[in-house]
Amino acid sequence: MAQNQPKNPEKHSTFIPKEKKSTKPFHKTPLLDQLESGPWPSFVTGLKRLAHNNNMMVDLLGQLEHSYTTRKGYWKGGTVSVFGYGGGIIPRFTELMGSDGKPMFPEAKEFHTLRVQPAPGNHYTTKMLRQLSDSWNKWGSGLIAFHGQTGNIMFIGTTSENTQHFFDEINEYGWDLGGAGPCVRTGMSCVGAARCEQSCANEQKIHRTLVNNFIDDMHRPALPYKFKFKVSGCPNDCMNSIQRADFSVIGTWRDNMKVDQKEVKAFVKAKGRKYVVDNVVARCPTKALSLNDDDTLDVDNRNCVRCMHCINVMTKALKPGDDKGITLLIGGKRTLKIGDTFGTVIIPFMKLETDEDYDRIREIAASTIDFWAENGLEHERCGEMIERIGLANFLEGIGLEVDPNMINHPRTSSYVRLDEWDQEAEKWKNRKQQAAG
Amino acid sequence: MAEAPKMRPPIESGCPDAFQYMHPLMIKNYGNWAYHDRPRPGVLHHVAKSGDEIWTVRVGTQRQLGPYEINLLCDIIDKLGEGYVRFTIRSNMEIMVSSKDKVDPLIKAFEEAGYPVGGTGNSVTMISHTQGWLHCDIPGTDASGVVKALMDDLHEEFVKEDMPNRVHITTSCCQINCGGQGDIAINVQHTKPPKINHDLVANICERPSVVARCPVAAIRPAMVNGKPSLEVDEKKCICCGACFPPCPPMQINDPEHSKLAIWVGGKNSNARSKPMFHKLVAAGVPNNPPRWPEAGTIVKKILKVYKKDAKDWERIGDWVERIGWPRFFELTELPFTKFHIDNWRGSRHMLNQSAHIRF
Ligand code: HEM
Ligand code: SF4
Ligand code: SF4
Ligand code: SF4
Ligand code: SF4
Repeated sequence: MAQNQPKNPEKHSTFIPKEKKSTKPFHKTPLLDQLESGPWPSFVTGLKRLAHNNNMMVDLLGQLEHSYTTRKGYWKGGTVSVFGYGGGIIPRFTELMGSDGKPMFPEAKEFHTLRVQPAPGNHYTTKMLRQLSDSWNKWGSGLIAFHGQTGNIMFIGTTSENTQHFFDEINEYGWDLGGAGPCVRTGMSCVGAARCEQSCANEQKIHRTLVNNFIDDMHRPALPYKFKFKVSGCPNDCMNSIQRADFSVIGTWRDNMKVDQKEVKAFVKAKGRKYVVDNVVARCPTKALSLNDDDTLDVDNRNCVRCMHCINVMTKALKPGDDKGITLLIGGKRTLKIGDTFGTVIIPFMKLETDEDYDRIREIAASTIDFWAENGLEHERCGEMIERIGLANFLEGIGLEVDPNMINHPRTSSYVRLDEWDQEAEKWKNRKQQAAG
Repeated sequence: MAEAPKMRPPIESGCPDAFQYMHPLMIKNYGNWAYHDRPRPGVLHHVAKSGDEIWTVRVGTQRQLGPYEINLLCDIIDKLGEGYVRFTIRSNMEIMVSSKDKVDPLIKAFEEAGYPVGGTGNSVTMISHTQGWLHCDIPGTDASGVVKALMDDLHEEFVKEDMPNRVHITTSCCQINCGGQGDIAINVQHTKPPKINHDLVANICERPSVVARCPVAAIRPAMVNGKPSLEVDEKKCICCGACFPPCPPMQINDPEHSKLAIWVGGKNSNARSKPMFHKLVAAGVPNNPPRWPEAGTIVKKILKVYKKDAKDWERIGDWVERIGWPRFFELTELPFTKFHIDNWRGSRHMLNQSAHIRF
């Protein structure tokens, strides 16, 4: 019991508003009440504060308590959108009807969520946070989730009518709906260049370039299924783009990592040789590191796979190189329908500096979406389509060449027709020759 | 006839520019940071190549915020910080300031207001989660509730940096698993095929698309009581729930048979090992609101063993790869069953194809 004792419950309840604007009496919530104790800030206390403010939240608490009692959810979908758009709103209607056929919690019978796109890196000023909150307090329940797992700010709980008013208001000061349904979804990017020395890319620019190029595909859902862009500035992949984005952009570099030997020595001195050998040298996945007798570090850059480990440990001594760019992976997704898939490398390295570079990544994204829109089955993610048709066919479809960086190892199955082998081998030779100039 | 009201066309502005909301030091040193360190748990200190320094205080939140919480937090940031804030992917707030002096007063004010400072480095940071009973249409359980209950228990691990490496926990309230991958993932697993309300199917289901969605082709069109409906081959059905969204009469939620399952070893980072998906370790965990104590007990046990046995910098997945799964089950005292052996497509490469065995 002792560990569940609230450390500072009085702190959380200090902010219960004195004035009560809602007119409906509160429902009894004995189960939810148990989530008010304990040291972590309680969303239940938050819901109760809101219930002082509006009747919708009074009834929402009633329905949620009912779910806690019966261990079932009671929302169903529908269609709601703002004028001019087809998506971006998650409509919710209550399924809980009394014996009279009327909603048991009528004030929350409509409880829609608007998905709104945050800025890359989720930056806000307090002024803007308050402004968004004020608008939502005016037109909705007041409850906002920062942020959904797809990256959206989720404005939770309003009626069909007020979705339009709220959207109009925030749209005027610069905010737009994100994706919901079979469409391009809201993007995500790490803090990266704004505050992280590991960043090898301009995450903000990549994020906005990609997403804003497909704004029509976001607002008018007409694709086989969802399509997500996520951008991480380095292989630490803080945005989890490799598992959670159809189109994953990960910053990297291709020249030598930068080593400040003076700082290496200082690190060895501070931590000891054993620590450095056990935690840096021995943890390199490709054995590319070696600590010299004079406490300097050798890096076999040809064999470094840019995993980031040693750079993460020795933040002052080691840094990514200067020749920065990105790796592009396609087809990451969660379980449904063929099981989890990681993104697959389709471009091992490309520069993203000039306008032409950005045009190129835009074109790759456009041909990917076009090809998938044409060839994907209904409700089939891009990665599932690739699994069905094979990577080689996908690459041909979007006009990219094969590369050994795309695979873990070559095929093991001998059941394959190889009658075009010579032509394909010739292509490889020609490409090598061209690359050599 | 009255004229239809004139509708306002949307401004399709898309994703907004972040620079208008960014701390001036972040704009000035964009792409030019030199290194960082962590003066204490919950605080990051970044130094730019220009010599500029910025301090970040990381605060855990309950993700769902209302005007009271927003104004309360913003009041603290305006009074003691500099008016700039960002959110992490795991719903922590980060407050950036240009001077070291501002850090301690900020921490004090947040803690006094009941908001924990931590979540950096080798801590158990905030659990990323989905919607659950609060808003989704197919949840087997709640999300915010499980997270609140667990974070109460893990509060100590949030404010300290005591783990071998960082620990990311995720939760999802159904098998679709929107919460994603984690070092530990707590997900709902439906364990019984959907119950079909045949009276409603004909009216509200787009039957061909329901049939197409089933990953194991378990759904067939059928005539029931003279009406077109659907039937499920229960032997094939893997209880994924994918048929419910397009066909709500295929009720998958069940107060008794929706159970929690616990998965470990997922990571997205490329650091050391390649990214990994999480793997099933425990199932049949009761869906027991409001505090889900059984799930919490297993999570705490796994964390305890990991903390004791893993080497510095090993994520949970790295650690298990080193010690092997037999030892994981031994150390955590979790039962190993036939359900741990994957039988989905392409699963044979997950079997031990060597004589590598530890004794
Ligand atoms: C009608 C059914 C569905 C609803 C209502 C729904 C709802 C949601 C919601 C609310 C989120 C954001 C969760 C949050 O952050 O709070 C989400 C994200 C997600 N959904 Fe669903 N979902 C549905 C179907 C699916 C299906 C069928 C899949 C399987 C492919 C899926 C996969 C995901 C994934 C992977 C995410 C996480 C996105 C990311 O960040 O990568 N969802 N969904
Ligand atoms: S992904 Fe890399 S660049 Fe981006 S925030 Fe994480 S460590 Fe920094
Ligand atoms: S970045 Fe990774 S692969 Fe490269 S040297 Fe460091 S630890 Fe080894
Ligand atoms: S995990 Fe399932 S129940 Fe939870 S938000 Fe996603 S679709 Fe809904
Ligand atoms: S629950 Fe999944 S496997 Fe079972 S019938 Fe529905 S879609 Fe098919």
